[in-house]
Formats: sequence, structure tokens, C-alpha cells
Amino acid sequence: MPASRHFCQKVPQATPVAVFKLSNDFKEDPNPMKVNLGVGAYRTDEGQPWVLPVVKKVEKLIVADNRLNHEYLPILGLPEFRSSASKIALGEDSPAIQENRVGAVQCLGGTGALKMGAEFLRRWYNGNDNMKTPVYVSAPTWENHNSVFANAGFEDVRPYKYWDAEKRGLDLAGFLGDLETAPKHSIFVLHACAHNPTGTDPTHMEWTQVAEVMKRRKLFVFFDSAYQGFASGCLDKDAWAVRYFVTQGFEMFCAQSFSKNFGLYNERVGNLTIVARDADNVRRVLSQMEKIVRVTWSNPPSQGARLVAITLNTAELFAEWKDNVKTMADRVLLMRASLQAKLQALGTPGTWDHITQQIGMFSFTGLNPKQVEYMIKERSIYLMASGRINMCGLTTKNIDYVAKSIHETVVNVQ
Amino acid sequence: SSWWSEVQMGPPDPILGVSEAYKRDTNPKKMNLGVGAYRDDQGKPYVLSCVRKAEAQIAAKKLDKEYLAIGGLGDFTKACAKLALGDNNEVIKSGRNITVQTISGTGSLRIGANFLSRFHTEARDVYLPKPSWGNHTPIFRDAGMQLKAYTYYDPKTCGFDFQGALNDISKIPEKSIIMLHACAHNPTGVDPRPEQWKEIANLVKKRNLLVFFDMAYQGFASGDIDRDAWAVRYFIEQGHNIVLSQSFAKNMGLYGERVGGFTVVCKDAEEAKRVESQLKILIRPIYSNPPMNGARIAATILNTPDLYKEWLGEVHGMANRIITMRELLVANLKKEGSTQNWQHVIDQIGMFCFTGLKPEQVARLTKEFSVYMTKDGRISMAGVTSGNVGYLAQGIHAVTK
Repeated sequence: MPASRHFCQKVPQATPVAVFKLSNDFKEDPNPMKVNLGVGAYRTDEGQPWVLPVVKKVEKLIVADNRLNHEYLPILGLPEFRSSASKIALGEDSPAIQENRVGAVQCLGGTGALKMGAEFLRRWYNGNDNMKTPVYVSAPTWENHNSVFANAGFEDVRPYKYWDAEKRGLDLAGFLGDLETAPKHSIFVLHACAHNPTGTDPTHMEWTQVAEVMKRRKLFVFFDSAYQGFASGCLDKDAWAVRYFVTQGFEMFCAQSFSKNFGLYNERVGNLTIVARDADNVRRVLSQMEKIVRVTWSNPPSQGARLVAITLNTAELFAEWKDNVKTMADRVLLMRASLQAKLQALGTPGTWDHITQQIGMFSFTGLNPKQVEYMIKERSIYLMASGRINMCGLTTKNIDYVAKSIHETVVNVQ
Repeated sequence: SSWWSEVQMGPPDPILGVSEAYKRDTNPKKMNLGVGAYRDDQGKPYVLSCVRKAEAQIAAKKLDKEYLAIGGLGDFTKACAKLALGDNNEVIKSGRNITVQTISGTGSLRIGANFLSRFHTEARDVYLPKPSWGNHTPIFRDAGMQLKAYTYYDPKTCGFDFQGALNDISKIPEKSIIMLHACAHNPTGVDPRPEQWKEIANLVKKRNLLVFFDMAYQGFASGDIDRDAWAVRYFIEQGHNIVLSQSFAKNMGLYGERVGGFTVVCKDAEEAKRVESQLKILIRPIYSNPPMNGARIAATILNTPDLYKEWLGEVHGMANRIITMRELLVANLKKEGSTQNWQHVIDQIGMFCFTGLKPEQVARLTKEFSVYMTKDGRISMAGVTSGNVGYLAQGIHAVTK
């Protein structure tokens, strides 16, 4: 019997990734009133995906330009993309950029950037090939954070306190407490803004407290920035935390995604920005990043990076992009305000201020698993078991239905 | 002080590093014969006409940019499997293959390596032909596998050491993994003949080995898609449930778009479903889901009859130009007065030629003539043109006379 027949026989069925199963179930639901508040992708008020007008424009430019070809990008990616993407995160006038101590790796989406950062850290941080360095991810966090770091070889991926379910806000004391007791050199994955899934970000003051402990206790700063621009509508505002940490002198990683703020989800556009002590350190770090890239995907895909680079490096297109981003952020803010107002008007038990206080695509409603199940089964409103909803799934047409359903659920199901 | 004080400077990539060195060279006669990227007879990158047409068609459709499924674009993966296995292959009909979209050939090999590392617990050893593509070893090693080799290339004949290969393969422990290049072996350009493939298939079955085919050049070797996939299809017919990596970097010129596929041929559809679920688990923590652009282009070409026809013609054209360059190179070497036997340049197949040059000769060729190639003596024929073949012959003759 051929070898492969033998080994595949033992391969077990894996459980599907929750968020994709949710989308599947939604697709198969015949209820005309159904609403998908699952997957994190922007939707227009008509409930449709939105290809940014600036993206359409730049795509036409690319197709029309016969000088462009499909040659391999360098291992680390398109240089114009890498530098302009890092500028977006750190700011044009970033001291780190001026001091020539910023490097970048173009990666496959935010996931790819986290992956490259994780693989590098496992090999080169806190001793060589030290898989025992604890990696802290927020409780809760984007579920794939755990897998990315575990698959990169880290044996100890643990939660840090973050979400206070009772007060529906940040558990600052818990967060700071975990920072104080974490083993030295532990890696902390911080959400730069629009925390996924809670939508709850530290205030500036709270960030300064986090930074103080991390500096004192020599903890590693790994930012995940998947929503820059999407949270407040303003790129600079959303990058405040990342830039603050740079001014505090940290050497750090920042995994950037352009999936949401450029709407380029399926082109897999990401950037790992590396801030180091000096140019020589950057140089050596990048040389080792190349080795990791080479055994994973050799070099990154060119289309999305080209598109973003052209946009960021052309004044009118850049302005148009910022405008498109604001459009998306504003619609989300409108839906937040609207939902909160409706729940208030309905007299839904509990407080609902968190809906407008939270920021970005997601809201942690506070609905418990039983209530979530009720929403799905009885109302065909699909949301994650954690109670997370994607605000982009709300429209002026379905928001009444959703508000009433939340009301009914909270009243009838405990 | 820095977290990174102890991080060493990594050496340049043996293959991609050649291009970087080439770029820095200011000699107007410089030639880049390093990486396997096709060039036209003007030495320019070649965007296939069917690719441009597909792009225009796609642009007109105004598609959205929603995430692909973890396993990629269905239209692409189905067509990708059909291309490799043949339209009417029983494997596809019975649904016993799982084909996922990958980040070109590298991404496919890496997913395959990860899959084998996690589930093929019977043996950790992967046997590569000697020599093999330089990146095979680091990929499998990084995935936790052990690398071994079987005799393949005969430096005395610059051809296939068939007996040597059979001898080595006959000693490979059962259940080990054996890597086979489906066609246009990289770096040697030396492929087994069909009768030799048959014997290899038989021996591999006797030894109960798991076959991993790497097919990065389908269409590029002979110019004929089906001929180049013959070995893959034969092995499957003989009952080997293979794993297969495919790349569309070269045969569609989609290099930077990163288009590839990874296939596991399973016992039945039920097994294929289980394997698929596990491949998704492996993919998600690396990059979540694959890039759309290149896969959409490839799918459009494969699924649109006149584009498909045009593509076959263009692949044939690329393969033919390379064959012509091989002939021209040998003719020019003879003209230079070389008395060495250069027949292997013509006999070898695909993008690469294993010249037989030794590292010192390669170093001279680079230093004195600005001809860039890998240390193992491999040149990419795709980088040779009627305009520079004479210069190349001069250089090769100079370092080998």
C-alpha cells in the first residue's frame, strides 16, 4: 500500500475556524431578514462590499501602464511600499525615520506581518531560538494571534487582562498588574487602536502608564495595527500610541494591515515596521528577515503593494484615500450612535454607552453565549459567540430590526 | 544597547542574491543568468499577451476585494488540478484530491513541508535529488524535516545518472519522502526519459515511499503542457497518492503575483475533506488567505478557451526561444574555438543549463565578464538573447580553454 494512503488515513478532521463557519451559516440561512454581524469587512449602507474609489482609479492606472510587469519583487518587498507604509504608521516626521533606524518587510496582510515578526523573535530575541519566552496576548484578542505565535514555535502564549466584562471597559489595573508580573523580556502584543474584538482602547494617559511599566521591566512591544484610519477617521490620531512608544525610545515591531483601511482584503497587503536602536541593527535584522521570508513565500505579491505605494506617494491620490477612509469611519460612527440611541429609546435593560464609547469596526455588546445563540437561531442575526458585532454589518435599513432583536434577547434570555 | 546586538548579518541568498549583485554592476555588457525569470530576445521581461487580455477582462468585471477562502479561489484551484492531472483524470472525477491555492511554488512547498511534518510521523526524512533547487533544503529544514539525497546528476556526462539514482532509491528506508522534479529539473535541466520514469515509479512503489512532485515548469520543458506532466500522471495511474507543488511563476510569467497550488492525492473524497481541513489550519497562522490578483488571472486564462489556446502558444514560444538559444550558444562556443563537449547544453531541458563550470570558473566569468550566475554552474538560458549569446560564448570559452 503506497505510503501516502497510509499516513493520510490518520489525518483527523479539524474544527472549522469560527468566524468562517459563521459566514457559511449566514449564507445558507433562508430568512430574508438575516443580518451578518460576523466577519470584519466593511460594508456600505446597502450592505455591499466597497472598493474604494481611489483604489479603482489606481487599478486603472496600473492596467494601462505598459511599463509595468509581473516580475518578482525583492525578498523584502516593494521598496516604495515599505517606506511609505512605515511613514503612515510612524508619521512623516518620525524621529526614528529621520535617524535612519526604521526598517520594513512587506508581508501578506497583517497576518503575514505578525507571522514574520513572530518567526524572527523566536529565532533572535531573548537568546537564540528561545521558544520559552512568554508571549502575552490580550484577553480577549483576535483568535489568530494565539495560532500565529504558537505556530512560530512559542511554547508559552498567555493572556493579559484587558477586558472588564462587568464594567464593559478596560481593566487597566489588571493590565498593568500583568505587565508588572510578566517575566522580564516577555513579548506583549498590543492593539494599536480599535481593539479587536472589544473596540476598547486605552486612553492616552493609560497608554503612558503601560509604556512606563514596559520600559522599566524590559518587555517587548509588538503592535498590531490593522485599523489605522478606520477607528477615528484620522490616520494620525489612530497612530498615537505607536508614535508615543517610539518617542519613549522603544525598539519595537508594528504589524500593519492595509486590508481594512484600503479595502484591499484579498490582495494581502501588509507591512512589518521595525524600529531599532540604529541603522546597523536594522540592517542585520532585515538580513535575517530575508532568510525567513525565503523559506515561507520567497517574495511577496506585487499588485496590492504597488497600488498602495502609488496612492501613498501621489499627493492627490493620498488625499482622496484619506477621504475614503473617513467615509468608512464616519458611517461606522453613525451606526454606533444610531444603535445606542435606539436601544436607549427602547428602554433595553442595561447600559449601552459602550456602543458609542467603543471604537473601530467591532463592538463587544456584552451579550452572553446564550443570548448570542438566541440572536442567531431566533432572529437570524449572526454574531460571534463572544458577543462581538461588526458595526459595518449595520445599515439604516436593518438597524431597527437589530435593535429590537437585541432588546428582545436581553429581556427574554439570561 | 539593542535587543538585536547579537543578530548576525545573514549571508546573501545564493540565488536571489545573484540578481542583487548584478544590479550593482556598472558594466554595460553585464548579463543576469541567475534567477529563472524568462526574458524575450531583447532581454526584457515578457508579459504574456493572454495575461494582458485576462487582466483587461477582469478589470471590466468590477469585482470586489473580499477575502478569499483560506484554500483560495475555487475557479483557480479546480483549473490548477486539471492542468496538472489532465481534464478527465479519475482523481479529479472522484473528488479524491485536495488542491489549495498557495504563494507560488515556494509557498506550496512550505505548506507541503508543514503538512508532512505534522502528519507524516512515520518518517522525517525527505530525499532530494543531488543537486536540487537551492531553496528546497532550507524550506524542509525550517519545517522540521531532515534532508537526505539520492544520486541524480552525473557530472561526467552532464546527464542523468539513472543507475546511480536507482541504486540510491533502492536503499531509501520505507515510508520516507522522495522529492521528484516533474520536468525541467532545476538546476541541471536533466530529466529522466519515460522508460526511466517507469522504472523509478516501480522502484518507489516497492520501497513504499511517499512521492512529492515539484512541478514549477509545466509547459516550459518541452513546450507541451501534457508532455511535461506525463510523469506526474503516470505515477498517479500506477497508484501513487502523491503530493504535488505547482507554480505559475514561469509558465504564465506571473512571478511577482505569487500563483501556485498544492495538491494532495488522497484515498477518497472523505480523506480529501479531512486533509483540506488540516491544510487550512496550517495556512491560517501564516497569511490567513492567499492573494487574489494572480490567481484570478490564471483562472481566467485556464477557463477561457481562446485565452487558454493563446497561452499554450505563448508557452510553446518561450520554450522554443530557449531551445534556440541553447543551439546558438553551442554554435558560438564552437566558433570561439572551444574543443570541450557542449552537447549537454542542447540535451538539457527547460530554463536552466548546468554548464559543468566549476566554482572558480564561475567566479572568473562573473569577475571578468560580468556574467552573473549561481556558483553551481547553473545558467538561466532565459536570460540569453541572440544579442548577447556571442559574448557569453566568449566568456565561457575564456574560462574553460
